[in-house]
Amino acid sequence: MPIQYYIYLCLALFSIGIVGVLTRRNAIIVFMCIELMLNAVNLLLVAFSKVHNTAALAADKTSMLGIEAQLFVFFIMVVAAAEVSVGLAIIVMMYRNVHSVDINFLNRLKN
Amino acid sequence: MNAIIVSALLGVVMMFSGIFTTNKTIIKNIATAGVLFLLAANLMEMNNLFSFNINTHDLIVTQRYGLFFNCIAYGATFIYLVLSGTDITEVGVNVAEYFALIFFVLCGVAILSSFNGLLMLFIGVEILSIPLYILTGSDKRNLKSNEASLKYFLMGSFSTGVMLMGIALMYGATGNFGMVHSNGLRGVVSATQQPPFLLVAGIVLLFASMSFKVSAAPFHFWTPDVYDGAPSVFTSFMSTIVKAAGMLAFIRVFENQYTILGPTWHIIVDFAIVTTLLVGNITAVFQQSVKRMLAYSSIAQAGFMLFALYANNTEIAKEGILLYAAAYSSATISIFAVLIKLQDYTLDGFNGLAKKEPVLAFAATVSLLSLSGIPLTAGFFAKYYVLAGALQAGGALWLIIVAVLLAAVSVYYYFRVIQAMYFKEGDPQTLPISGGFKAALIVVAAFIVILGVWPSALLSWLYF
Repeated sequence: MPIQYYIYLCLALFSIGIVGVLTRRNAIIVFMCIELMLNAVNLLLVAFSKVHNTAALAADKTSMLGIEAQLFVFFIMVVAAAEVSVGLAIIVMMYRNVHSVDINFLNRLKN
Repeated sequence: MNAIIVSALLGVVMMFSGIFTTNKTIIKNIATAGVLFLLAANLMEMNNLFSFNINTHDLIVTQRYGLFFNCIAYGATFIYLVLSGTDITEVGVNVAEYFALIFFVLCGVAILSSFNGLLMLFIGVEILSIPLYILTGSDKRNLKSNEASLKYFLMGSFSTGVMLMGIALMYGATGNFGMVHSNGLRGVVSATQQPPFLLVAGIVLLFASMSFKVSAAPFHFWTPDVYDGAPSVFTSFMSTIVKAAGMLAFIRVFENQYTILGPTWHIIVDFAIVTTLLVGNITAVFQQSVKRMLAYSSIAQAGFMLFALYANNTEIAKEGILLYAAAYSSATISIFAVLIKLQDYTLDGFNGLAKKEPVLAFAATVSLLSLSGIPLTAGFFAKYYVLAGALQAGGALWLIIVAVLLAAVSVYYYFRVIQAMYFKEGDPQTLPISGGFKAALIVVAAFIVILGVWPSALLSWLYF
């Protein structure tokens, strides 16, 4: 399959994530949209990795060129997991204080 | 390499020290000693005495410049812990964890000063940011702190997503995560050829997300709210050491890449600098709360630091950003240390401080003078170096004129605080102030003045 399809798919997923972050009011859903953005990037990286690796293999049968993007994906997953743990803790902390996860709550500091 | 390993280990040590003792003073002292140890480890590597020799496959390359930046950051952290360490222990119950998180942030600083490639850039930025989300929300019962933390977290992860998209697109165009060097670039794009669309889109996204991290306009909206909502001690940390490290990473990552964008690069950077300076300085004028005013002033200072980005690769700008990091950090840490001791953060809360606490008022005055860039303080040479670097790079005269005019605006809001302290009557309520705290404030003020008279005292360390 041509790489363009992957790029369009990933950009579409990424844009859905951005639109979700900008329009939704529930902190958990906003958070899920951010995860969607990260995973769109993961998919794109793996697709690019395959493209670069295939190109390198054509020149040299044992080439390892282009696999570092797959490593990068693991790093993104780990960092995303760390972010999830911190983020959910923050959302729980807020829920305990105001009994809501609505981010319209975020207007106390505006003045 | 030393700094990365030692700071991460010290973070773990701090977490364990919380199990073995609940005495706040002991924990604070362990942390202060830890920072000194970290500084010593970093100095050892800088002077080629001892360093962990780990093959990182060129993901991390330590250079004297980065190590020197580490020294400045750790020195600033030491000042910060001496001045505000006691106030950190008052924020909440989990005292040891705050210090542990500070050490993890310092690990991020070390990575950002030595990364070589976009993978380590990403990891460094995340190690720098994630502990800050927690520190921002560490005052758990306070709704403002909760709100600041959630806001910072959501916006921070959003910008991480944008940064990753930029990195992925750049990877698609070039096939590796190495930073595209101007000569390495020829493999991908020749000088005459149009650069690939993916590469340009990726660089623009990366620029946007790095601007977010250093709170440059138009991505600064989180800054005032987060700085205002976070506990003041952690605002002090965030707006100095972390911001300087973010700025250094910003400069390092674009050091050689800007040529890809050609003339468009200058349009983008000019826009970022002018809007950052305008937003920061003009909005700060209208603030009544000094804490919020300092948040806007930190945006304005970021605008000045961006001049070092503009003046890519000129020697004087590289020195300038180091001097800026030292001057800005010491001044801001000291003014925040004074602010924390006050009960009332509004401008009226400073009324008559000079009568009641002359030492605090004096130290705050020196810091504010330095922040506004008055000669004989460190801030003057910091501003001078970055602007001279921009001038050397060329084509920036109007930009420098704008910057100098807006620096004059900044004098207005900084001097309002000095005026409140010295020329207004009032009875400011302060927390108990120890003699050691006053002595430390005097030392920092002396440091600011020495740096302002003789900047090469610091910079000459860079070269031998």
